[in-house]
Amino acid sequence: MTLRSRLLILLSALAVLAAVALASVLHASARAERRDHTQAGGPKVTPGTVTLTAPGHLVFRNMAWGPHRDELTTVPAGAPAGPRTSSGVKCLRFYAAAGTGVCLQAVHGPVSDTYRALILDAHLKKRAHYDVPGIPSRARVSPTGHYAAWTAFVGGDSYAGTNFSTRTAIADTRTGALIPSLEAFRIVRDGRPYQSSDVNFWGVTFAPDDRTFYATLATKGSTYLVRGDLRTRTLTTLHPNVECPSLSPDGTRIAYKKRVPGLPKDAPWRLYVLDLRTMRETPLAETRSVDDQAVWKDSHTVVYALPGDYGADLYQVPADGTGTPRRISVSAVSPAYLG
Amino acid sequence: MYVADSRASTPATASVEGTARPPRAGRYRSTIAPTVLALGTVSLVTDVSSEMVTAVLPLYLVAGLGLSPLGFGLLDGVYNGFSAVVRLVGGHLADRGGGRHKWVAGAGYALSALCKPLLLIAHSLTPIGLILAADRTGKGLRTAPRDALISLSSTPETRGRAFGVHRAMDTAGALLGPLAAFLILRATVDGYDAVFTVSFCVAVLGVLILVLFVPGGGRTEAATSAARPTLRAALGLLSHRDLRRITVCALLLGLATVSDSFVYLLLQRRLGVPDRWFALLPLGTAAAFLLLAVPLGRLADRWGRWRVFLAGHGALLLAYALLLTSWHGSALPYAVLALHGTFYAATDGVLMAAASDSVPEALRSSGLALVQTGQAAARFACSLGFGAAWTLWGDRTALSVSTVALAVCAVYALTLRPSRKAAA
Repeated sequence: MTLRSRLLILLSALAVLAAVALASVLHASARAERRDHTQAGGPKVTPGTVTLTAPGHLVFRNMAWGPHRDELTTVPAGAPAGPRTSSGVKCLRFYAAAGTGVCLQAVHGPVSDTYRALILDAHLKKRAHYDVPGIPSRARVSPTGHYAAWTAFVGGDSYAGTNFSTRTAIADTRTGALIPSLEAFRIVRDGRPYQSSDVNFWGVTFAPDDRTFYATLATKGSTYLVRGDLRTRTLTTLHPNVECPSLSPDGTRIAYKKRVPGLPKDAPWRLYVLDLRTMRETPLAETRSVDDQAVWKDSHTVVYALPGDYGADLYQVPADGTGTPRRISVSAVSPAYLG
Repeated sequence: MYVADSRASTPATASVEGTARPPRAGRYRSTIAPTVLALGTVSLVTDVSSEMVTAVLPLYLVAGLGLSPLGFGLLDGVYNGFSAVVRLVGGHLADRGGGRHKWVAGAGYALSALCKPLLLIAHSLTPIGLILAADRTGKGLRTAPRDALISLSSTPETRGRAFGVHRAMDTAGALLGPLAAFLILRATVDGYDAVFTVSFCVAVLGVLILVLFVPGGGRTEAATSAARPTLRAALGLLSHRDLRRITVCALLLGLATVSDSFVYLLLQRRLGVPDRWFALLPLGTAAAFLLLAVPLGRLADRWGRWRVFLAGHGALLLAYALLLTSWHGSALPYAVLALHGTFYAATDGVLMAAASDSVPEALRSSGLALVQTGQAAARFACSLGFGAAWTLWGDRTALSVSTVALAVCAVYALTLRPSRKAAA
């Protein structure tokens, strides 16, 4: 083959490949317009005032297509499927308690995206912000509003970038002091100090005493429920196979996702409730795999997200293993019940 | 979009020029062989393609698919073993019959290219893991034949530089890939499908450049060596003293080479690199690698490959030492990354150049595969051992042990240096 014909082949192939590549990018960027159109039959969203001290309200990230997609919206807790009031504040993950909110959001830089955590006051005004070292995953605020915690996924090394680690941080919202990683805490596993390079934490949930919290510790392929102490900076393992714990309002039970043997690797979790006094596990009535940190609507009901047509939908199920799961709202994620 | 296109077309032009360049009286002189430039271009383009995917994969899994990949190593230890076998098989297949290198390498590139569109239809972890495994299989298959082609198309005196040029182009692709991916994500909404499609197009371009511009037919300087490319002959290479020594050294030094992710983790823990810079640390290593690959390759040609190879481990030793010091200057992270990149620039291509000197042409691909596999296996063993040592004794002690081990291995390697006659 002459050089000329090889060049011709290369150039024509290049033209075809460039056309395919360009078409795919144009198709993906046209998605922006489609998503800015209000989805037919979707929830009604109107801009308004959102405060984190409105009792009897539910706040979440609105995922319905339209101009207010990804904004924090609020609905009355009694009518979660009803019309939404949007705030103009966009978050990937969100939580709020006692008039304090934590909002994990993306910052679009020139060559890559970075992430940050905003501490918001009751009127969604920014009080502080922190860098988040990876893709936001979980967010929580203590019942007192004095502490906020978040977890991010951090990608592994560059070429074989297929292993992930998590980084979990806790901020004191009064002083601004930050614990950038729970890895700085001492770990006590089965009564003995424990150290490993592969320790990961995620899914913090706070007790109301401004001292105790719970989280998931993962090491050597196993997960544990740990109880953390902010004063002594220690973490003590309590129970195996607990991920994304969520403490009940009365502080006696933990709702969590448990990796149940025999389920497919892609959908391995079921919702359980652990009684902290007896350490007894109760499976909840939800039969699908739940990958979320549940929230307690009241002391008898937990609420969680499952994948839906527009990202995610919210469901609720009784916390005692009875009843059936019920969808309470579509196109919503990261719920928080106010006051 | 246009950025990716313009990027893709630049290397293509470069390769065309490279191929078109008339073979001057001595291509033994100071020019880089067109084949090396063509292969460099193929690697550059392919790395743009694969690093585009690697860069967005975590985001895609977590934000795009809503999966929690934690605790699910997509490619585990078992796969590492499999990949070593694939590499040896690739090396061996390429040696059977004249001019197969190109087609075995091409099959590897094509396999990886075909994996990209599959990512568009896989929506859960297991199939994605399988696709990534297939992608890495393609990489394993092509590495040894490609390096054999580089060594066969350059003269022994310029081999270090030829590998340097290739590695520099390869690393440039690895740096450009993530950039291209983020530009696409920026121009789109959830444009992971666009990233995978563009990555596929770029990968196809790489295969095409290989097919069109890398000569494949029977080698003119064809194998007259006594060694026949049977499997037994390939294994028999180990009875060849120089190659055995090189393999043993690569293995020993590999056993004390802490994996990149640990280096970055140590850098962050010991030197307090802020979280937001963490993702940029590999770029520092890559930049130093890119800048130094050619100069150190040339140095290897003049001063001796073995010396440069060992000096590279000296740079790594220095990097470990810096990580162990209690001095915490603000320049320290830069120094560690520069030394880490220097280590790669002085060892990665240089080892292949050194090994090429000791392997007969007919078995070049198998021989290089043997050395690479030994090194990869040793590094994998090291990361397991280092992880265990970290758990038992903490990061500082683990690193001190590795530092001592590396120093001992380096001194031992000094005594084992192969005879210089082969390297001219």
